Amino acid sequence: MKKQLTKLLGWIDARFPLTSLWKEHVSEYYAPKNFNFWYFFGSLALMVLVIQIVSGIFLTMNYKPDALFAFASVEYIMRDVQWGWLLRYIHSTGASMFFVVIYLHMFRGMMYGSYRKPRELVWIIGMVIYLMLMGEAFMGYLLPWGQMSFWGAQVIVNLFSSVPFIGSDLSVLIRGDFVVSDTTLNRFFALHVVAIPLILVLVVVAHLIALHEVGSNNPDGVEIKKHKDANGKPLDGIPFHPYYTVKDGVGVVGFLIVFCAIIFFAPDMGGYFLEYNNFVPANPMKTPEHIAPVWYFTPYYAILRAVPPMFGSQFPGVVAMGVATVIFFALPWLDRGKVKSIRYRGPIYKAFLASFVISFVGLGYLGLMPATPTYTLISQVLSVVYFAFFFLMPWYTKIDKCKPEPDRVTC
Amino acid sequence: MTDNVDHNKRRLLLAATTAAGGVAAAGAGAPFVLSLMPSERAKAAGAPVEVDLSAVAPGTMISVEWQGKPVWIVHRTPEMLELLTKHDDDLADPASDVPQQPEYSHNPSRSIRPEFLVVLGVCTHLGCSPTFRPEISPADLGANWAGGWFCPCHGSRFDLAGRVFKGVPAPTNLIIPPHKYLSETTLLIGDDSKGGAA
Repeated sequence: MKKQLTKLLGWIDARFPLTSLWKEHVSEYYAPKNFNFWYFFGSLALMVLVIQIVSGIFLTMNYKPDALFAFASVEYIMRDVQWGWLLRYIHSTGASMFFVVIYLHMFRGMMYGSYRKPRELVWIIGMVIYLMLMGEAFMGYLLPWGQMSFWGAQVIVNLFSSVPFIGSDLSVLIRGDFVVSDTTLNRFFALHVVAIPLILVLVVVAHLIALHEVGSNNPDGVEIKKHKDANGKPLDGIPFHPYYTVKDGVGVVGFLIVFCAIIFFAPDMGGYFLEYNNFVPANPMKTPEHIAPVWYFTPYYAILRAVPPMFGSQFPGVVAMGVATVIFFALPWLDRGKVKSIRYRGPIYKAFLASFVISFVGLGYLGLMPATPTYTLISQVLSVVYFAFFFLMPWYTKIDKCKPEPDRVTC
Repeated sequence: MTDNVDHNKRRLLLAATTAAGGVAAAGAGAPFVLSLMPSERAKAAGAPVEVDLSAVAPGTMISVEWQGKPVWIVHRTPEMLELLTKHDDDLADPASDVPQQPEYSHNPSRSIRPEFLVVLGVCTHLGCSPTFRPEISPADLGANWAGGWFCPCHGSRFDLAGRVFKGVPAPTNLIIPPHKYLSETTLLIGDDSKGGAA
C-alpha cells in the first residue's frame, strides 16, 4: 500500500509540483525560532477566512437577496432551518472576530517593524486585504435588511455623494437607484458572495507568496538569513512544519474557545456584534433614534464626525476618514528608524505608538456614542494624535535613541 | 533572420494593435458599467403622489413616500409661522439663497401656502431622516428650540421651514420637492407643471 502511494505521488510530481510546493511553503519553509503569541494571528486570520467562506456558502442556500424577502429569510434561517441559527451566528461572530484578529495582526507588524524593507510588498498586499475586508463587511451588513443595514448603507453611500462634481452620479452608480433599494441589496449580495471573496482569496495567496519569498520577520526584527549553516539553512530558523503547525494549533484551540463562547452565550455581544436596531426590518421612512456603525468601523467614523463641514461641504471629513484608512500603506517609507523591533526602539517611538493605540481605541469608543459637543472635542484631539503618529514619524523615528540590535535572535 | 526585422514597423503594429484592443476593451466594458446605473423601472418609479390635506390637523405632520423617500407635510399654525421669523441670525441660510427649492417656494415660509410646508424628509448631511420635534424648548434640545427637526444621526437641526441652523453638520436647507395644489385640500407631490392634473 505504502509503495503504491509513493508511486502515485511520483506520478503526480511528474505532472504537478506537489512535493516541492509542500516543501517550499510548509515543511522546509524556515521561520525564525523566536515567534511569540503575536504570531498566532496570521494563521488565525486564514482560518477565520475559511470559516466565513464555508458558513457563508451554507447561508446562501436559504437567504434571499430581495428587499421583500431578505429580512424574513434571515428569520427563517434563525427559526426554521435546522441548525440555521448556528450557521448565522458563526458568520456574524466570524465577521467581528475577523477584525479582532486582523487588527492584532496589523499591530504585531507595527510593533516589530514587519513592514520595513524587504517586506514592503507583504505589508502593502496585506493592506489591500484589509481594505477589501472592510468592503466585504460593509456589503454583508446590508444583506439582513434591518434598520441598521439600511441606514448604515444610506450614510456610507452618501459619503460618496459629497465628492465634488461627480458625487451625486457616483452615489447613484453605487446604489443603482436614487435611494438604497432592492437593486442595491441585490448587487451588494453579488459583490459580497462572489466578486470580493474570489479576489480576496487570490490576494491572500499573493500575501503568502510574497512573505515566503522574503521570509518572516520576528520579535527581534533581525534577519535570520544573515547566518546560515553549511546547507544554506538559517541557523535561527526552524521548519514551519512541524514546529509552527503545532504551535499555531494551540492558538487555534484558544481562539475557538473564545469564538464558541461568543456564539453560544453572547452572539450579539451586547449589541456590538449584532446591533439591536437590526432586528427591526428596514424602513426607508424612519431613521432609528441612534445609529452607529459596527465597532470595527467606529474609529474612522469618529474621525469623519470630528471634522466640521468646510465651504458648505462634508467632503473634508470624508477625505480625513479616507486618509486615516489608507495612511498605513505609507508606513514602510515613513519609518526612518535604525532598528525594526520595538524591543530596541527608544522612548520617543514607544510613546508615539502608545498614543496611537490610545487614540485608535478612544476614537472607536467615541464613534459608538452620540455626537455631543464634549465628545466631538475629544474626537478632534484624538484625531490629531492619530495623524501625528504617521505624519511626524519620519522625524521622531530618526532622532529616537535606539538600543543596539543583537546580531542573532534572542530567545 | 534578425537582420531582416523592421523594428519601426513592428513597433507601429504593436502600438496599433494595443490601441485597437484598448478601444475594444473599453467598448466591451461599457455595457457592464452602464448596467449598474438605475434601470428603466427605477427611473419610472418617481410617479407623482396625491395627498389629501384634510387629514392633517393644525400643528401636526404626516409623512408620505415619494420616489422611495419620505416627504413631510406640516400643517403650520399661525403661532408656528410667527416663530419662524424670530431666529434668522441662528440660521445658515435664512433667505434660502442656495437653490434647494423651486422658485415658487423661494419665500420666507418656503411654501406655496404658508400653512402647509411640503419638504423632503432627508437630511442634507448624510441622508438620515430627521425626527419631528414640534414642542417648544424641550429639555434635550435647549431653551431656544422653537420647533423643527433634529437629526439623530449627527445632530443637525432644522426649523419648521426646513432651514438648517448654524454649527451643525448639514450644509444646506432641506430640499423642497416640486409640488402643486390640485384643489383646496388636494396636494400633488412630484409634479408642478401648469395645467390639469398629471
